Parts: sequence; structure tokens; C-alpha cells
Amino acid sequence: MSTLAFTLTDSATMLRRNVKHQIRYASVTIMLIGMPLVFLLLFVYVFGGQLGTGLDGTHTGRSAYLAYVTPGILIMTVASAALGTALSVASDMTEGIVARFRTMSISRGAVLTGHVLGTLIQTVLGLVVVGGVAVAIGFRSDAAALKWLAALGILLLFGLALTWLSTALGLAAKSVETASNTPLFLTILPFLGSGFVPTDSMPTGMRQFAEYQPFTPVTETVRKLLNGGAVGHSAMEAIAWSVGITIAAYLWSIHLYNNRPIR
Amino acid sequence: MKSAATAAIQVSGLTKSFGDHLVLDGIDLSVAEGSIFSLLGPNGAGKTTVVQILSTLIPADAGNMSVAGHDVTTDPHGVRSAIGVTGQFSAVDNLLTGRENLRLIADLLHLGRAAGRRRVAELLDRFDLTDAAAKPVSTYSGGMRRRLDLAMTLVGTPRMIFLDEPTTGLDPRSRHTMWDSIRGLVRDGVTIFLTTQYLDEADELADQIAVLDQGRIVAEGTPAELKRRIPGGHIELQFPTLPALDSAARLLQAASRDEDSLTLQVPGDGSVAALRELLGQLEDAAIDVENLSIHTPDLDDVFFAVTGHPSTRDSDLQKADA
Repeated sequence: MSTLAFTLTDSATMLRRNVKHQIRYASVTIMLIGMPLVFLLLFVYVFGGQLGTGLDGTHTGRSAYLAYVTPGILIMTVASAALGTALSVASDMTEGIVARFRTMSISRGAVLTGHVLGTLIQTVLGLVVVGGVAVAIGFRSDAAALKWLAALGILLLFGLALTWLSTALGLAAKSVETASNTPLFLTILPFLGSGFVPTDSMPTGMRQFAEYQPFTPVTETVRKLLNGGAVGHSAMEAIAWSVGITIAAYLWSIHLYNNRPIR
Repeated sequence: MKSAATAAIQVSGLTKSFGDHLVLDGIDLSVAEGSIFSLLGPNGAGKTTVVQILSTLIPADAGNMSVAGHDVTTDPHGVRSAIGVTGQFSAVDNLLTGRENLRLIADLLHLGRAAGRRRVAELLDRFDLTDAAAKPVSTYSGGMRRRLDLAMTLVGTPRMIFLDEPTTGLDPRSRHTMWDSIRGLVRDGVTIFLTTQYLDEADELADQIAVLDQGRIVAEGTPAELKRRIPGGHIELQFPTLPALDSAARLLQAASRDEDSLTLQVPGDGSVAALRELLGQLEDAAIDVENLSIHTPDLDDVFFAVTGHPSTRDSDLQKADA
């Protein structure tokens, strides 16, 4: 009981530390949220008119593409925020203060949990900003509040998975530079799925990869929740992927943290 | 404060290798409660590794170690709750202010809001950081950073403190401030395990010194004991001419002579009485002295005697078990 209480208190203390870092290093948060924002505007205003005509459905053109791409961009927002964790964890590990934490009688995972919770706050902030801009440029959804909440839940659960994965990659990196490059694939994966174009427009090999990688069921679930349509088994797949990645990446992170040589 | 019966640190047969490289080759140590123990050695001797093992940062390959009554291997949490560590590199958060750094530690130690604030204010004042408390640590000077670092180590009032090269890279004034802080801690009854590569620092602060070289303790004792183990002090006399040197050498039987530099080394502690007697003898014999210098043994002599010359290692300088 008291061990659990201490773990929670210590994680909250570390979260406060990370939030202070984010506020003082606001340029990082702005960059991480700006990236999906640029992709949203780029894809809607540059490619959107053309891409929208290729979609099935009653609406065509730019507004149809905006409706299609917004869920993909929201996933990218989640991935982008997660990406920052590798960087902040890796640079934290080069600081002497982490060695101090390890000589103190505090819960071992608290440092990492603080980073992950901090990123989730950034993720929510990013989703609000990017979602807000999408609405401002014409995205409309007639989904009920419950479906919006369900979409947010799916996005955050997937965000948790990607953030722990990014944490592990940050710990595994030999340098801060490596840590900033390794998780870049997370922002590429929405392209190699159903984030920007339907997978059935892709060549066979590409399509098979796209249909079976974790970003696709998450994108599809969010898309169905916001744009209407039966969610089907994609929600179960999205949840299974998220939980699976979270558990594996959490265990990997804790293992790396405990066995890490001192600088 | 000192009690011979209780040891704050007890280490026997500590061994550690990194890959093929044997860093610690069977170390035995005993540190009395309430004392300052200094582990002295050159860079790469393994000092930091000893601190890292005793502060539970890395595991040992072999050996029995207890710190503040807790076994390091089986009860690392017990050790962590009793110790404070100030490492070689400043363990502070550069993005936070000085006060926030101290609060962070107070929160992690679950001191409680009111008690935590009191302790933080007390430490800021004690380490002369109150004026800089609201500034980010990234703007601090090296000396301020070390002071904050030590203050963070003290938030939980640990009974046992590890200081790994606490003054490396500090200017002389900051070094003396740090020394005063360390002495203040011992007055409060804290046990200090200090590593240093500075002989004067160990000489200045330590009750007990162990010299670490290439993973082994090559000498151990109080500063005075260590100094006694090396050839004693001497007075060096330089003469203008060879005949003067010859007559002085005949007069002072115990002296050793060097014809090239026209000098004589006369054993002696350099006290005023000894000097007066020596100069009196020379004056009575009408021998001209061109130059005189007094050489008292310091820890540098010990250090070079025990680490610089392998031949002396097997003599009485080495103390395998202390």
C-alpha cells in the first residue's frame, strides 16, 4: 500500500519536474506540435484537391480529403509528441541528476513515468491544437460526444504505447543525437498505412505491410468514430496493439534503466 | 564522536572488472563513524568505481560490503535511505532553479510540504545561495553549482556522505569554502567518504587515508602515520665552493653530499632549535653557506614513494590488511 503510494507520489514529483522543463523549453513542444500541423496544411491545401477526387464517397475534392486525412494527422500528432520523449529521456540520462536519483531510496521507474506522463500532457495539448486547426479549416464531424471521447481514448492509449517505445529507444541510444533520429520512423509509419491514402491504392507488397502495421487499425478506428461507419474489429486490433506495445516497451525501458552503465 | 567499535563502512575483498580490465583488485576498508576517510589516488585508480559500488549505483563482482549497517548487495534500499552522494559531475537539474532543485529532492524524500520548505530555506541560507535561489542553475558558477550539489545531498540529513572529488575544477577560494562545509558536516557527526587526487586536500581534511593505485590499496593510515613512513625531512645546504662543502661534510657527519650541486642534505625536522644549532656549528667552523632550504615530508612524498616506485611497494609501506 505505502509502496504504491510512494510510487505515485514520486511519479507526480517527476511529472512536475518534466512539465517545468517543457515550459522552459517551450520551443521543443512548439516544434513537435508544429510538425503535424504543417503536414495537415500541406496535404489539404497542396495535395488535397487532387487526392480528394480519388476517394470513394459522396463528397469529393478538398473537403472530402480533409475529412479523410484528419484522423491520420491526429495519429501523426500522437507519434510526434512520443518522438520527443526519446530526446528528453536520452538527454536526461546524460545529466548527473539521474545518477543522484539512483542513489536515493525512490521508486526506480518514477523518473521514466514522469517523462511518459509529461509526454501524454503534450499529446493532449497537440491533439487540441491540431484538431482545433482542422475544425477551423473546415473539418466537420457529426459524431456524438461519446464517440469523440472514444477517439481520444484510442489516440491516448496508442500514444502511451508509442511514448514507452520512444522512452526505450531513448534509453537504448548511445547519444542524444542517435536518440533524436531513431524514433523518426514513428512519423513515417502513418504514410505507410491508411493515414494519407486508402491502402487498396497501394501495390500488393506495400499494401500487405500497410494493412498489418499497428498504425492502420488505430487510424481506421479513429476515422470511423469521427466520420461515421462501423468500427468493427479494427478497434480490438488497435487496443491489442497498444496494450501489447505498452507492456513490451515498458519492460524493455525498465530493464534498460536498471542495467544502464553510469554515463 | 568517534567510536572505534562501530564502523560506518566495512569492506572486504571488493573486486570489480569492466570486461577484461580489472579495476578493483581485492580492496579492504574500514571507516569509523563520524570520521573523514579519504581515498587518495591518481586518475583511473578506481576511486569513482569504489564510490559507485558503495552507493549502489553498480554491482561489485565479489566482496562483502556494509554501509551504515546495511549490506550493499542484499539491502540496497537500506543503504540508499542512509546515504547522500555528491558525484564528480554536478548532479543538479540545469533547467530548474536552485530552490526548485532542493524542493525536488525534498519531495522525493517525502519530507512534507512545510518541513520541506523549512529545510530548503535553511540549506539555501547555509550555502549562501538565497540570492540566487530563483535563478536557473544553468546560470550558476562552478562553485555555486557544487554548493547546490552538496546542499541537495544534505536535504535528507544523511548520516553517511560520499563525496567523489568534490573540489576538482574549483578555484582556490571555492575549494576552501567547500572544505569548511565538509568540516562543518563532521562537527554534526556525519561520516564522510571522500575521494580526491589532491594530496593537500586529504592532508587537510582526512582522519584516515588510504592510497589507491591500480585497483589496490598501497598504503593506509592517518596523515601523520603516512608521513612517518617515508624518509624524514631534511635541511639542504648549498655551498659556494667544493672545499667549503668538504669541510661542512666533515663537520656534519650524518649528512649526505652531492658534489655536482655542491649541496649537503642534513636530516632534521626543520625546527627553529635544530636550525639554530646547525647554523651555529657552521659559523663556529667559519664555513660559508650560500643557500639553505627546509624540506618537510608531505603527502606528495608518500604518494610518490608508494605509487611511483614499485620496489618500495613490497617493503613496510604496503599494508595488505589494515
